[in-house]
Amino acid sequence: MSTATTLPASTPAATVGVRSWKTPIILMVLSLLGLAVFALGAPSNDVTFRLSDPGEAIVLPELVVSAPVVGWFTAVLMVAAAAWALMLTRSGRRVPVWVVAVFGLLFVIGFLTWVVGSANTPNVALYGLLSGSFALAIPLIFGSLSGVLCERSGVVNIAIEGQLLFGAFAAAVAGSLSGNAFVGLFAAAVAGAMVSLVLAVFSIKYIVNQVIVGVVLNVLVSGLTGFLFSTLLSSDAAKWNSPPSLPPIRIPLLADIPILGPILFNQSIVGYLMYIALAAVYIGLFHSKWGLRTRAVGEHPKAADTLGVNVNRTRFMNVLLAGVVAGVGGAFFTLVSVSAFNRDMTGGQGYIALAALILGRWNPLGALLAALLFGFATNLQYVLSLLGTAVPNQFLAMLPYIVTIFAVAGVVGKSRAPAASGVPYIKG
Amino acid sequence: MSPEDSTMQDPPGERSIAAAEATRLEAAAETADGTVAPPAVPAAHQSGDLGDDRSRQSALRQMLSSNAMVSVLSVLLALIVGGILIAATDEEVGETASYFFSRPGDMLSAAWSAAAGAYAALFQGAFFNFGADSVQRFFYPLTQTLTVATPLILAGLGVAVAFRTGLFNIGAQGQIIIGAAMAAWVGFAVHLPVGLHLLLVIIAGMLGGAIWAGIAGILKARTGAHEVIVTIMLNYVAINLVLFLLSTPAFQRPGSSNPISPQLDANAMFPPLLGSGFRLHWGFVLAVLATVFIWWLMNRSTIGFELKAVGANPSAARNAGISTTKGYVVVMLIAGALSGLAGVAQVAGTEKVLTSGVAASFGFDAITVALLGRSSPWGTFAAGLLFGAFRAGGVTMQTNTGTSIDIVLVVQSLIVLFIAAPPLVRSLFRIPPPGAFKTTGKRSSKNPKTAGGAA
Repeated sequence: MSTATTLPASTPAATVGVRSWKTPIILMVLSLLGLAVFALGAPSNDVTFRLSDPGEAIVLPELVVSAPVVGWFTAVLMVAAAAWALMLTRSGRRVPVWVVAVFGLLFVIGFLTWVVGSANTPNVALYGLLSGSFALAIPLIFGSLSGVLCERSGVVNIAIEGQLLFGAFAAAVAGSLSGNAFVGLFAAAVAGAMVSLVLAVFSIKYIVNQVIVGVVLNVLVSGLTGFLFSTLLSSDAAKWNSPPSLPPIRIPLLADIPILGPILFNQSIVGYLMYIALAAVYIGLFHSKWGLRTRAVGEHPKAADTLGVNVNRTRFMNVLLAGVVAGVGGAFFTLVSVSAFNRDMTGGQGYIALAALILGRWNPLGALLAALLFGFATNLQYVLSLLGTAVPNQFLAMLPYIVTIFAVAGVVGKSRAPAASGVPYIKG
Repeated sequence: MSPEDSTMQDPPGERSIAAAEATRLEAAAETADGTVAPPAVPAAHQSGDLGDDRSRQSALRQMLSSNAMVSVLSVLLALIVGGILIAATDEEVGETASYFFSRPGDMLSAAWSAAAGAYAALFQGAFFNFGADSVQRFFYPLTQTLTVATPLILAGLGVAVAFRTGLFNIGAQGQIIIGAAMAAWVGFAVHLPVGLHLLLVIIAGMLGGAIWAGIAGILKARTGAHEVIVTIMLNYVAINLVLFLLSTPAFQRPGSSNPISPQLDANAMFPPLLGSGFRLHWGFVLAVLATVFIWWLMNRSTIGFELKAVGANPSAARNAGISTTKGYVVVMLIAGALSGLAGVAQVAGTEKVLTSGVAASFGFDAITVALLGRSSPWGTFAAGLLFGAFRAGGVTMQTNTGTSIDIVLVVQSLIVLFIAAPPLVRSLFRIPPPGAFKTTGKRSSKNPKTAGGAA
């Protein structure tokens, strides 16, 4: 995300060279919260984590832990980590990223044990929780990759939501009409590219504020698909809105790996395409000529132009490619998770993907981790509402969004957008 | 941008080069030669024109190339696209299309009647009901438009002031919801005499919206967190918060567990403006007053000047001694208070109760309203009226002709898209860009006045 409305210089430079107390303070607050809730407020019973589906080739035994023991264990370690972070900051050193990561992991373990332990049935299928999280993360990862492609070349892509939704719609319609899921997948890619084309034409050729084009495109796609849904799709659902679904493809041996195997290697073709897209964007962006040019155009278009890179053409191509990626991600909704299109069925996932992109610091791998985090937070809410926990469902539903706000506000450190993101390039 | 760069298929020629050059210069003026993002509102649309020399043009050309004309044509173009969409999905059109080549007239007339019928119903639902048997029913649609426009105008003003300060406030939805929740609670849980109660409800609503937007403003000012992300996330948090509140007995009707609040006290509600036969309430007058206030604030007050300075060029503002961080917080508080007022208009005027759908999609529509209104107070007011008409008419259209109200979203977003890109509309209608014909042959844009106009 760019500083679309502020000058690059306006990002406060004050934190450079000055001790930033933000991280240790937040860690301290969270660890004390953990101490109070996970440890002191721990339920006295045991918590059962089921690690693998009984139908798998290798079945792991159930993991039974005592809630107070885990609660105290995580809380004490978190307090220790926070104290260490405080000491490091006092002596003027930076808090390493891995400390924050370990802290986050401890917090998640503590929270999970506490919340499942205090549920009506303190027994949770961990494999289901994880595989569900991963499935929810797939469209987010596609969306974030779309954002990476756009923003690294200097175009803000708020229209991820629209690209996902139009991809989902096109996949449903083309899949239903042709009876072939691959035609649907292809149509989704084209549909995503169409949304991107409008974004590119308006923001690059007509130099309209990119955030505005993105926001308006989301409304446009929502209205268009909603209109067609209520006229065409609902009048004859058998013809227009019953796409075939893409079945999961099980990769032998790899899928037998305990816990991770069934999650990673029993995916639909869209899931495998995600691995390919992720690898391609990562390697392409950081280890190829195209990637170097893209990043140059996104950071300093004038310099890139001086060296003979056609700035606006590079941007145009990147935005179109981003549409293809997000469109395929949209196909996940109608060809994999649900076999029918529904009004506004992406439900703001595009915005979450945007947040994941920022949280992942405009890096494909960071975006992957952030998207997994969101998927986990969302799925946790579903699982917990089934278990019947004391925490009201609505607060669990807020979790991914609050995590985002905290993250964007700087728990994970200052994230910096590509310098020219959101700024059109005007030659001359 | 030179035409060679563009992937669009403009026929190369003197006129299109001049048009491209005009686009380039307009953008250069707006983006300080490509060092900042273009503003939310094209500079040519803001008060004070991009120095085109009107006096030398003929009256007709002036009219044709004016920005008002572009706006009118944008609306027209959007309606045409919407009409094509309505016609294309019409069943009768589909049937007649099968024998299009033998009798094309059938399909064309079916297409025309589908689109014209839908738009006629839209007009009847938004303005005057020509089939009415009484004066009251004749004017009823117009008052519905004003009722629907009230929250759109208020929330639109909230988005617009933030735009002028360079902030993209996507969070009007959440601000309306929180404002409505606080206003509703004061409205039904507290019992006070006439006048005082409504005043308190209004203050509570403004406070609720201001707090919600203030979170984004403070985070932006203190940590640099991007307001787009924060406000979007706060929207989701707000809706879940209200869903939670509506699941607690404190917000439910006694003896019921439905997620609907009790009706607000009679003292807490806006009185009807035109008698009990109409839904129009005094909230609309509040919207007019808010528009006047924002006009005064942005154009006549020191605060408004500082906010606009922060929006136009933050580093220049900082050098001039204006605190940008303070500006961000202040403008978000104002924006939130306005959106909160929209929430008040909903619970204390139109809906009379709090439900989770109290904000409908007003918060998102407000963004398009502010964009269409070019972020000026009266422009936003007019855009709010237009979108109110679309929405009120859309309901009638859906019931009378079966055309889905979603088409309204399509038309609205197309209008904003077209208005944001004047060169596109000009090239579609073959209108010369402003000032393109002063000196035929030479590139008009060499005129230094054009480049310096809005810088």
